[in-house]
Amino acid sequence: MSVLKSIFGQDVDTTSSTYLGKPTSRVDGPAKVTGGAKYAAEFNVPNLLYGYIVSSGAARGTIRSINAAEVEQVSGVVKVFTHDNAPKTAYLDRSHRDQIAPDSGSPFRPLYQAELEYSFQPVALVVADSFEAARYAASLVKVEYDLKPHETDLRANLGKAHPPTDTRAGYVSAPKKPRGTPDEAYAAAAHKVEAEYSQPIEFHLPMESYASTAAYGEDGKLTIYQKTQGVQNCQEYVCSVFGLSSGDVQVISPYMGGGFGSGLRPTYDIYLSVLAATALKRSVRVSMTRQQMFSFSHRPEAIQHLKLAAREDGMLDSVTHTAIEETSQNEEYLETVVNWSGLMYNCPNVRLDHQLVNLDLASPADMRAPGAVTGLYAYECAVDELAYQAKMDPLAFREKNYAEKDQNADKIFSSKELREAYRQAAARFGWKDRPLEPRSMKKGSDLIGWGMASGSWEAMQGKAAAKLVLTADGKLLASSATSDIGTGTYTVMTMIAAEFSGVAIEDVTFQLGDSSMVYSPVEGGSWTVSSVGSAVKTVCGELRARLFKLAGKVDGAPLGDATIEDLTFANGAMHVTGNPVRNVTYTEALRAGKLDRLELDTTELPQLAKQATHALYSHSSVFAEVSVDEDLGTIHVNRVVSAIAGGRILNPKTARSQIMGAIVWGISMALEEEGMLDDHVGRFMNHNYAEYHIPVAADIHDIEVIFVPEHDEVVNPLGAKGLGEIGMVGVAAAVTNAVWHATGKRVRSLPVTLDKLL
Amino acid sequence: MNAFSELDVAGGGTTTALPGKSAVTLTINGKETRLEVAPWTTLLDLLREYLDLTGTKKGCDHGQCGSCTVLVDGKRVNSCLTLAIMKDGCEITTIEGLAGPDGALHPMQQAFVDCDAFQCGYCTPGQICSAVGMIREGHAHSDDEIREQMSGNLCRCGAYPNILDAIKQAYAATEKQAA
Repeated sequence: MSVLKSIFGQDVDTTSSTYLGKPTSRVDGPAKVTGGAKYAAEFNVPNLLYGYIVSSGAARGTIRSINAAEVEQVSGVVKVFTHDNAPKTAYLDRSHRDQIAPDSGSPFRPLYQAELEYSFQPVALVVADSFEAARYAASLVKVEYDLKPHETDLRANLGKAHPPTDTRAGYVSAPKKPRGTPDEAYAAAAHKVEAEYSQPIEFHLPMESYASTAAYGEDGKLTIYQKTQGVQNCQEYVCSVFGLSSGDVQVISPYMGGGFGSGLRPTYDIYLSVLAATALKRSVRVSMTRQQMFSFSHRPEAIQHLKLAAREDGMLDSVTHTAIEETSQNEEYLETVVNWSGLMYNCPNVRLDHQLVNLDLASPADMRAPGAVTGLYAYECAVDELAYQAKMDPLAFREKNYAEKDQNADKIFSSKELREAYRQAAARFGWKDRPLEPRSMKKGSDLIGWGMASGSWEAMQGKAAAKLVLTADGKLLASSATSDIGTGTYTVMTMIAAEFSGVAIEDVTFQLGDSSMVYSPVEGGSWTVSSVGSAVKTVCGELRARLFKLAGKVDGAPLGDATIEDLTFANGAMHVTGNPVRNVTYTEALRAGKLDRLELDTTELPQLAKQATHALYSHSSVFAEVSVDEDLGTIHVNRVVSAIAGGRILNPKTARSQIMGAIVWGISMALEEEGMLDDHVGRFMNHNYAEYHIPVAADIHDIEVIFVPEHDEVVNPLGAKGLGEIGMVGVAAAVTNAVWHATGKRVRSLPVTLDKLL
Repeated sequence: MNAFSELDVAGGGTTTALPGKSAVTLTINGKETRLEVAPWTTLLDLLREYLDLTGTKKGCDHGQCGSCTVLVDGKRVNSCLTLAIMKDGCEITTIEGLAGPDGALHPMQQAFVDCDAFQCGYCTPGQICSAVGMIREGHAHSDDEIREQMSGNLCRCGAYPNILDAIKQAYAATEKQAA
């Protein structure tokens, strides 16, 4: 903290805040607990038609025929769309690329061609006047294929692995050249680990399925109620794909029943609803079934090879990390997997390599902490193995090799309170009593194990805008076209707006999820508070300046010759600090300026010059206890303690929930989730909630979340690093390491299921 | 190939007949409602698509996630696995029917807000209805019992520890009221 002060010569006063830092219940809570919150499939516009998607039964081949004409005879059916009769959309791939798409490649186009790209892709849309009629008629659709061979098995196709040829925003490719001489250092080292780690395909599976209600207006304009993490990304996509003008398409998404990355890119339901609505000139809703939620995006399968070595004294001396992931045939999905291994700990000799194998599957997509959970699962397990080789406590090993700077980029961290996170989480967990040897602790018939790991995630900021409308009644309406996918955006933005505008929080409303609002990037990557929140803060400063000017016109000049720096803005008024009698309310200021409202917006850009000289990351320190039934192999996670260094915590209540949920995700990744492909038919076999396991209430026990103080004036004007991803990173490794400590078995393929322990 | 060979085809084979509708009477959130319902319409779709009671959520449509949980004659059921015509004469309580007539939140709803027992909010109506039903069944005596009894309601956001806290808070409030 003192370093930062000396660099920038200023400090942010975090003690005197009115709202920020105080636990605040969700402002959208009452709507969510009463059923009042409306999700995409719940806008029951008049004369609505229902579209039911028919999915392909084969992975590769050509559609020979679809009995669309027959199915159109079923009463209630209005139209069956297939590749044969679907209206043509934009020709160029470029027109189908959304903000999150890789820079080149061919985004999937539903009902575009007879050629299949993957099993379970949409091949027909049955549109009927009731949901039941559409569903029934869809069951009558018969598709005949001329099959071709397919490849869906990553391991069988490792020979086709190649370095990425594409790029996309946010993807950091692996360094082309190694740092130092990793092979020589490995050969000479005292302690070594070489192992392969694998992680299966995982699916996002938010509780709400994707749905798109495209309301067709009398003027031919479309209002699309859409499940998405980016209303403006969807709006641009629809306009580009269908050749519509931006004034004719509005995308609305006030609530989203979970995203986790699956809604960063436009999903095929919006393509189909718009296709049907524009062709039929009717309002159409298209919802995916739960099974279809396994048909458009996933966390890619990864096979990773790690070679780590330490010197006699436990100093990390060599890291070689290769990750091979799958992607589709039509796009290279890119996530940063291996680079973390070059910056987590100090190490002079590092080689990192990331490769892809194209398979006949849907394109993978960003899924909570994309890349980092994959790479750091493997790396943090390997570090645990290396620490044991060196007969060192795994926490002591990490502290010994603590990185004071990002060696990949040769930059100092803007802030990094990971040491404190280690200290607090370890103390809370009782880590000092941990025996070094595995199979040392028992409780009844259960083996007990303790494991730990670290995590990291980027603290990113993007361009974003915010708008304010202050009305004569003293109420403030703030808005930006962002989303609240359960992250608490509504609440934290309301808090930020109240804090920096000086309007009491009960008089502040924040609105989001409408493409006609001022610009916001997609809601993801833990950057919404830093991007949109910073814009809200800045525009509030502009509002205060405007109000101060207006206050000069108030009769009797109550503020006298006070400058804006002399004033306190609170409870809808400004007063001379220390002299509350000398005040002007915002209502008075507006009246003095003969205004019934004050409207302003601003666009906030990251301060790149300041940020570029630093490495911007959040960090986590996770400790887990598992019990393993030695006879049955069943594993329970008894407790998890996670300490997060994530900058300033704006709403501790929702922040804690976000980290807690992310820990549940980490437990799930460690022990439960696995998309199972039958490579013979190229198809997922467990595409439902009964067979694709995620945790239920009975699986989750004590979870404790600690936020360590971390002051940062570089990341963004709020000093908050974002929390959506960091809570998950490292959890799967901590649990896996705990299973080893309990059983003495290193299970190196996720999920760690009981069959792998017996 | 004739896709309809196994179906009853009406009108000289050009149109496939759909099933007719039957009259049912349901008391929904205290209000008696007479409806004409097709036999294949689920209670869930009836609520969401025909009555605009969209508080009850469709998560999987297969009885695997619990998002669609409503109370039928006070017992929790998955409304996606329940055909509406099966419940002729029954009392249905949905999330919209839990708050008081003055809009005051039910203690379980209030506890969910207080304990931050949700994030995206999509599983929440089902969680709340299920929790209310569970307490009525007399199954909220210990943390483990609550966890077990609530394991039919998935929450992908992972709010389980807070859901447990909320149920305990609401249960304590109910007990206090009863005492």
